Amino acid sequence: MTEGNSYREAVAAGMLPSEESHRALLQSIVDVARAIFDAKASSILLLDRATDELVFEAVSGEGEGDLVGMRFPSSTGIAGWVLVTGQPIVIDDLQQDPRHARQTAERTGYVPKALMAVPLVNGETTLGVLQVLDRTKNRSHSLGEIELLILFANQAAIGLDLLQTARRARAVAEQGEGGEAVVARLAALLERSEDDPAGLRLLEALESVLSRLKP
Amino acid sequence: MNEDLPAWSLSAEAVEGIAIASQWPEKVTREWALGDATGKGVDVCILDSGVDGDHPLVGGLDSAVAVVFDGDETKVVPDEEGDVVGHGSACAGIVRTLAPECRLHSVRVLGSGNSGTGDLILAGLEYAIEQGFHVVNMSLSTTKRRFAELLHELADDAYFQGTVLVASAHNMPVESYPWRFSSVISVGSHEGTDSWDWYANPTPPVEFFARGVDIDVAWFGGSTLCCTGNSFAAPHIAGLSALVLSKHPGLTPFQLKSVLYLTASNTGGSE
Repeated sequence: MTEGNSYREAVAAGMLPSEESHRALLQSIVDVARAIFDAKASSILLLDRATDELVFEAVSGEGEGDLVGMRFPSSTGIAGWVLVTGQPIVIDDLQQDPRHARQTAERTGYVPKALMAVPLVNGETTLGVLQVLDRTKNRSHSLGEIELLILFANQAAIGLDLLQTARRARAVAEQGEGGEAVVARLAALLERSEDDPAGLRLLEALESVLSRLKP
Repeated sequence: MNEDLPAWSLSAEAVEGIAIASQWPEKVTREWALGDATGKGVDVCILDSGVDGDHPLVGGLDSAVAVVFDGDETKVVPDEEGDVVGHGSACAGIVRTLAPECRLHSVRVLGSGNSGTGDLILAGLEYAIEQGFHVVNMSLSTTKRRFAELLHELADDAYFQGTVLVASAHNMPVESYPWRFSSVISVGSHEGTDSWDWYANPTPPVEFFARGVDIDVAWFGGSTLCCTGNSFAAPHIAGLSALVLSKHPGLTPFQLKSVLYLTASNTGGSE
């Protein structure tokens, strides 16, 4: 990457949409998935590689408002099963498994009877898991349901990737050192001070000086 | 193998020396392929998250190891934990249901965190091939391109050695391995509920479709779960492979795949 590109990326980082707008994208995906499958809940879990945990990033229906941010080890539960095997799955009669039911209830306060789960894959990287819990529609074509869920998973994977990219860029802008971080912070400050043109005029003056210095 | 035989070419006088005894019927049928077979004498390896050998559907294990990290390297150790995710037991139970007298072996490569999974799969597959297991079920895959070449080499080693690799196809629009390799038998799901129905796919890379919908599989604590997914289609073909190999020991992976093709529900040999 050239230095010029990294400065441009820093500017882009400073002007990124807020975390809330990325979350809104994920939220709309689980809302629609829940509606399409007529389900009691739908959720997106992100794999936090630093801690090897799955984190609830978006929840629609049961658990909405409580679960976002909750973490659990990445190899546990049905979501862990899907994550480690990379394979979509549909499970019915979950209540037959008392251990799973107890652990789930302790974690989330809600015990699903059935769920569909699909890994969220972007390129070579598995980012997390999309779940749909307790759908109430008549199930006649399980494989068709999985294919439909996979379509949502593709959207969710893109949304998660954007969210992670934005978080990394914001971390550079807020905590990083060096020229790129300074430029990113400047860009962010300018974004926030649209009504006050003084800063922008100062930068325009700086641009004029720097352009004269260029060979 | 006669060491005098040419390795890379075949001279005219050597032709007699490689005569292969074969007793193929005029028409290969299921009755010929696996009628009355039980899987006896066939070693089936479940390369997965471990297996709960005490589960009634699994009915015992003949060996169980885990592949773990030792620093940056991997090593194979006795498996003390069993199934940590539940997936391997589900697959093992399906194989046992179809081939009740096969010997089941577990190689645990999944479930101890998500980092380094590709390395563990490679090391586990290498171990399984070294053991000379007749059939290895892989209801898993990796999307990491850097593992593809090594997996490909291992899959070819298995193919030439006579170890049949059965891998579940990824039913998502992503590149993943090893199911796409022609040296493995790749399996997707059909929507039927008969475990004895399997179909040859005229348009690969998925080569066979087996039962993958609404299957009662082994789950934690001796319970069962009703599941759907390609993960459960692959062990159906692994179990059927064990049956064929128990009745016709010594079939190569190429021959076994041909028998499965000829006896599939859509190729006329299913009676």
